[in-house]
Amino acid sequence: MTGFATMTDPAAAYVLRHGDDNLVLAQRLSEWVSLGPELEEDIALANVALDHLGVATHLLGHASQLVGGGTTDDDLAFQRTEREFTNVVLVEQPNGDFAHTMARQLFMDAYQRLLWEALAVSEDAILAGIAAKAHKESLYHFRHTSGWVVRLGDGTDESHTRMQAAVDNLWRYTGELFEMDDLDRQMVESGVGVDLGALSGPWLHAIAAVAADAMIALPDEVTQRGGGRRGFHTEHLGHLLSEMQWMQRTYPGLEW
Amino acid sequence: MTVATNDQVRLLLDEVVDPEIPVLTIADLGVLRDVAVSEGSVLVTITPTYSGCPAMDLIRSEIASTLEANGFSDYSIETVFSPAWTTDWMTEEAKVKLRDYGIAGPAPVEPVVSGIGYQVSAAVCPLCRSDETRMVSEFGSTACKALMVCSSCGEPFDLFKAL
Repeated sequence: MTGFATMTDPAAAYVLRHGDDNLVLAQRLSEWVSLGPELEEDIALANVALDHLGVATHLLGHASQLVGGGTTDDDLAFQRTEREFTNVVLVEQPNGDFAHTMARQLFMDAYQRLLWEALAVSEDAILAGIAAKAHKESLYHFRHTSGWVVRLGDGTDESHTRMQAAVDNLWRYTGELFEMDDLDRQMVESGVGVDLGALSGPWLHAIAAVAADAMIALPDEVTQRGGGRRGFHTEHLGHLLSEMQWMQRTYPGLEW
Repeated sequence: MTVATNDQVRLLLDEVVDPEIPVLTIADLGVLRDVAVSEGSVLVTITPTYSGCPAMDLIRSEIASTLEANGFSDYSIETVFSPAWTTDWMTEEAKVKLRDYGIAGPAPVEPVVSGIGYQVSAAVCPLCRSDETRMVSEFGSTACKALMVCSSCGEPFDLFKAL
């Protein structure tokens, strides 16, 4: 099979990067299943993972249509290499303790709430439809996650320390969410994409409001780590993919 | 080839229910968006409730088997995302059926308020009809439901989330 890295259709590449964010985040969240801190939260994390997986399925499906040539969403999910995934590196970061999972989720929920709202008026009608649906889901994801961040941040000394450490550790991966590359600019120009830079102000505003309620201090400027959109990932993605893809790699085309 | 009208096909599809909430048909839920019969060929349009709703594959295959069982061989089932599904499409009759099944129906969807918004509007207990209820978890047994408990009768129940 020829590598997907050669994918030249910009519209497909654009849909795929947002699909990859959701696919990788869904896979990470589902690692919590049966390990959640309490039964209700275990179910909640599985539900949120399922929402992200659904969005990923629709976006990868749409991307595969744009690629054409009989490519399927499963091909894109299970047969691309680490270097061909274009998710932001934030979503591939390990779950860590529950505070780390909630900090990662808070950053993504606040981002996706703005992203989907903006993509809901994309010139790409299918992308717009998927975004409008995902937007509704991101609203209650954000509500759920921010509730936990406040409970932990404004909780015991132990929970506060852990929540603060999680925000401090993951902050360096948030800058990538708002980075604009040539593909982003091209997609904005054609009316398909979003000006990500314009989302960073409202994002910070939302995060600051939750942090204030949670007694969490937001980090000062730190050196940001990106590269995911170009396929340069942290060491964690390869491990995640080897688990997610091994069945299809071992038995290509296997179906239930 | 079976000759039928749009309404006749719609009537047939009333046999197709939500696999998780079998008291509701896909028409009650608003998942069935359109039925169009043209020259013996049937086009059924559906929309997912939630992006990740795992029932959609089963619903699709049940629509197919219902059509085939009634002699339709020329059909297609299309999934659309726009306009996005909302619980406001659920009929009043559907909400009564839900309540009788033990699930509190969704409140009308309120316009999105900016800000943090931790609060979720309360529900009326489907068992004792008390409005003294509280949310245990915004996530329940399926993507579309939240887990509630009634402070009056003490019973837990599901709430169909307004979306």
